[in-house]
Amino acid sequence: MGIKQTFTSAILFTGLALNLATPQSVIAQDQTTANQDWSKIETKAQGQTVYWNAWGGSELINEYIAWVGKRVWDDNKITLKHVKVTDTADVVSRVLAEKTAGKDAEGSVDLVWINGENFASMKKNGLLFGPFSENLPNYPLVDIENKATTTMDFTIPVDGLEAPWGMAKFNFIYDSARVDQTPNSSAELLTWAKNNSGRFTYPSPPDYLGSTFLKQVLVESVDDHKILRQAVTDEAEFKKTTAALWDYLDQLHPALWRDGKQFPVSSSAQQQLLDDGEVDIHLSFNPGAASSLIKSGELAPSVRTFVFDKGTIGNTHFIAIPYNSSSKEAAMIVANFLMSPEAQARKQDPEYWGDDTVLSIAKLSAEDQKIFSAIELGVATLPPQDLGPTLLEPHPSWMERIEKEWLTRYGQ
Amino acid sequence: MADTVRTINSTISKQIRYHQAMKNHFGSILSVLFSLHTVPVLTLMVFLLPVLAGLTSTVLPAFGYLPVIGQISINTNAWGQLFAHPALPSALITSLSSGILATILSLIVSLSFVAAWQGTASFRKARRILAPILAIPHSALAIGLAFLIAPSGWIVRVFSPWATGWERPPDIAIIHDEWGISLVLGLMIKETPYLLLMILAALDQSQAKQRLKLAKTLGYHPIAAWVKGILPVIYKQIRLPIYAVLAFSLSVVDIALILGPTTPPTLSILVLRWFNDPDLNYRTIAAAGALLQLFVVICVIVTWWITEKAISRLSKRWLINGRRTFLEQPVRQVSKFSLNSIFLLFFGSLLVILLWSFTRRWRYPDFLPSVWSIQSWDRNIHNLLWSSSSTLIIGLISSFVAVVLVVVCLENEKRRGKTAGSGALWLVYLPLMIPQVSFLFGVQILTIKAGIDASWLAIIWSHLLFVLPYVFLSLTDPYRQHDDRYIKVALSMGISPARAFWRIRLPMLLRPLLFAFSIGFAVSVAQYLPTLFVGGGRFSTLTTEAVNLSASGNRRIIAVYALLQALLPLLCFIAALTLPNIVFRNRRALKEH
Amino acid sequence: MSDNTFKQSVTPAQFPTLYLKDLKLCLRGEALFTNLSLNISPGEIVTLMGPSGCGKSSLLAAISGTLESDFSLVGEIFLDDLNLTNLPPEERHIGMLFQEDLLFPHMSVSENLCFGIPAHIKSKKERVSLISQALKDAGLSEFENRDPATLSGGQRARIAVLRTLLSQPRALLLDEPFSKLDTELRTRFRDFVFRHARAHNLPTLLVTHDPEDAQSTGGKVIRVSDF
Repeated sequence: MGIKQTFTSAILFTGLALNLATPQSVIAQDQTTANQDWSKIETKAQGQTVYWNAWGGSELINEYIAWVGKRVWDDNKITLKHVKVTDTADVVSRVLAEKTAGKDAEGSVDLVWINGENFASMKKNGLLFGPFSENLPNYPLVDIENKATTTMDFTIPVDGLEAPWGMAKFNFIYDSARVDQTPNSSAELLTWAKNNSGRFTYPSPPDYLGSTFLKQVLVESVDDHKILRQAVTDEAEFKKTTAALWDYLDQLHPALWRDGKQFPVSSSAQQQLLDDGEVDIHLSFNPGAASSLIKSGELAPSVRTFVFDKGTIGNTHFIAIPYNSSSKEAAMIVANFLMSPEAQARKQDPEYWGDDTVLSIAKLSAEDQKIFSAIELGVATLPPQDLGPTLLEPHPSWMERIEKEWLTRYGQ
Repeated sequence: MADTVRTINSTISKQIRYHQAMKNHFGSILSVLFSLHTVPVLTLMVFLLPVLAGLTSTVLPAFGYLPVIGQISINTNAWGQLFAHPALPSALITSLSSGILATILSLIVSLSFVAAWQGTASFRKARRILAPILAIPHSALAIGLAFLIAPSGWIVRVFSPWATGWERPPDIAIIHDEWGISLVLGLMIKETPYLLLMILAALDQSQAKQRLKLAKTLGYHPIAAWVKGILPVIYKQIRLPIYAVLAFSLSVVDIALILGPTTPPTLSILVLRWFNDPDLNYRTIAAAGALLQLFVVICVIVTWWITEKAISRLSKRWLINGRRTFLEQPVRQVSKFSLNSIFLLFFGSLLVILLWSFTRRWRYPDFLPSVWSIQSWDRNIHNLLWSSSSTLIIGLISSFVAVVLVVVCLENEKRRGKTAGSGALWLVYLPLMIPQVSFLFGVQILTIKAGIDASWLAIIWSHLLFVLPYVFLSLTDPYRQHDDRYIKVALSMGISPARAFWRIRLPMLLRPLLFAFSIGFAVSVAQYLPTLFVGGGRFSTLTTEAVNLSASGNRRIIAVYALLQALLPLLCFIAALTLPNIVFRNRRALKEH
Repeated sequence: MSDNTFKQSVTPAQFPTLYLKDLKLCLRGEALFTNLSLNISPGEIVTLMGPSGCGKSSLLAAISGTLESDFSLVGEIFLDDLNLTNLPPEERHIGMLFQEDLLFPHMSVSENLCFGIPAHIKSKKERVSLISQALKDAGLSEFENRDPATLSGGQRARIAVLRTLLSQPRALLLDEPFSKLDTELRTRFRDFVFRHARAHNLPTLLVTHDPEDAQSTGGKVIRVSDF
């Protein structure tokens, strides 16, 4: 590649047309790609390479993804490459940069692990391929009836633009050697914190789990949940709805670790605090996490999990295909495989990951049901029936406003 | 020998021109390159293009132009939102205070140590430790330091609970403290050795030894002699490194993430967060924030420069007031204590990383791990090999290319007998002054447009942006100081300029060349954001893996990557330091003094 | 110091004369001297004297072709009928000796000497014998594989002379080569240089501050201020 070429491109760039290639034609073509006969997709997928951008912060998950790569190679001759990312927002940025540069094909991302705000952003900006997920052969097994979050991602309709992959449920990890009585609601947690000064904290928003903790308190303190399903409309309403939340935090903070003047930067930082004995309670989105972490030596064997009786926030994580992927067929095959009973059962096994399935066990064949019932959940994992009800995520605009308000109140 | 050459060198101040030689000699490829002056131009292009692209893609969105999210009007909304952001004032203050404080303290420690201890045994000992410290990437060091000084860290464990009574880690903010003190400490551990090295390089070129002796014969005590007789002379030479340190400290990302304040963080982290916010509307605020960061860096450098001038003017009388002493004892003691503490923290950090990499369980307050294991190495071996090799490939190639480009520029400058163009070559420092995150978005778009994104070429190029300035910085002085009469003698014996270059210039400069190479390599190894942005996420180096895994909070795995990350550049430095001694084992003038 | 003289078997059949014709040297447009004309015959040693800054060293640079860029030269320089004025330094074959020996620190004594021997002498045996002959004649035989940094100033100075002679120059320029040596060494080294210049029949131009140097040549003495 010559310097000359770079130079020409630079001139092109300096013009900075930032051309928004309208995805009209792309979408039309997408429809045909997504609606093809499955056997045709399988044929086309052979030999394609799928770059899967997925958070790479957990060894267990990385190993799971490597296993998926092996399986799709054996079955479909698809090369799966795990691109480890720290923050899925980086992937959004990258696809955006490609769109900015007019790169509407041969994009660098073929598959992305996503949900919530990142999904909302990609959907809004036309960065996603599809709809495709409802055409996948394994989709009918998904428990859309009882697991509402598989079709509404943070209140945003999925519209077939992402395929459900796993269920997350907010829960608390604690050290049973140091905590006798676990709190049963946000209110009880406040009392516990006051009695055990300096032994609880939460990661500072916008950390995922920190924000979820705020949402949990918010949802518990609001009577009419309907209001949270819609976008924040006006300031007065926001003030009224969140007043109880701020009151709660004002009481809680003086009793927190570092007197609430400092917060862990991330949920993983808080995990380390738990292991160091600086705090006694940690937050998690994965009911099987504690068992896995005991196994890997990262947490003490005395660690256990608890949830609130009236329920905790739950959501679904998905995988989506960017609009400019050139391995869309193979990406769909991978997405379909991830929803298969085989892959979902392995995902539920704390030995490999320990994440709740998106499938409806009742819809599975007897044989597949047996695999699921044989999974040992691990010492620190609550059985599904003890996980309590699932509270829905509020509309993303609530979180946006709350994070901002939080920053104004406590962030300086 | 080297000293005599230097003495002569300074008496012949002007450089020699080989203009005529060039007229008739298009024989070698090198001379063709020189006569066309293509290489300096090419070098600048390598830099100017991405810098321009990066700036454009920052300036336009900062003023509201970001068509991809439907904003095409020019306005100042982003600035309004930026200044209204609740976290901005304190983020700005912590950025400024920690950046400036770290630079001033590092400068004071390094200057006072040299002033007090130059020529002593402890000075020679300290000098030997500098290179390894420089070699260790910031993130690895910061990780180690955090393991060391945290409330649950190794230092507290040494004294707990038997002396402190702390059955649990004390509830005090040591790392991520709101004043940014641990951030300043982390920065100092890296920057003091860097400035020390730059001061030493400057000393080697300024007849400091003779001057110091002279001042002492006039009855000046060591520190007064140094401060009055040497510092004013060498300050000019270390000015640029100081500015680089200043710019770096003001916009550092990795150390600030690991050690800096969190609520709110420093400005650079805030900008990074906005850039990464899934809500793309934050892009315009991020762009404005990045420009603000650039503006802050420029303002601070200008202020520093003015202060420099003022001090130099105000101190004129003091310099010649005839006083023979200047805080002799305090400076000696304090400088030695501070430098030793820095070294201690450095080695402590490395050691604690090493321990964690072989740990399975290690709970507070245990002084040593309770369960050892090699699982962290074992389970990652495949990944470790893979990311080590890409780290090596990118690092070796980019620093090699950087050294070649710099040598060709400097040789061209020598032959054309003027330092013209070095005015323009200043621009290579731009990538060091602009906050990486704002600038790399533009580079990313540029590589995509050129159709080279996610290729080795693009990634090496992006590393070159940060490697070349440091190589340039470390090679310029030795190269410019090289005595041209050696070349003149060779030419008078009928040797061609090209042959003189290969046989005389390069071998004589072998030591600085290798040193510059290993600096470049260390810089490349430490790069995180360029690899991430331009590599399209498809390239994993030890650093990207380490930072990615640091999200897992698993100290064992982080330690494994941090250790390897530290090891590679360290080996490179050791090779660079020992190779000349082997090649020149029988050449006293070229062995390390 | 040995009184032996190193003579090379390979010497040009005809010894050239160095002609300087109407030289005018300007520093940034200001003339340092004008109308300098001078002939130096083979084996003749001419001394150039004058105060600092009068342009005497620059004249040597002009003759060797290594003039700095802020100087300009008018006039012509010939070796017999070969016009050197526009030749690059490496094609002029004019040997130079400076105040310092400038032995290459990364080469041994014999490597330094070998570096000087022209490339057209290809046979390794011949090159080696030239070196040992030169060292032997200068009384420095045992220093062949030594590191230059381990030698005394006088030894190094003599090796620098041998290196220049081995490159088979057709004229010799001496830029105060004796000024750094002590008195006794100075006299002996001066004799060494002059003896070799004469033995090789080189037209030689010496720049110096020291009247004694000038006297000892027994030849023409020129003051730059005369021009």
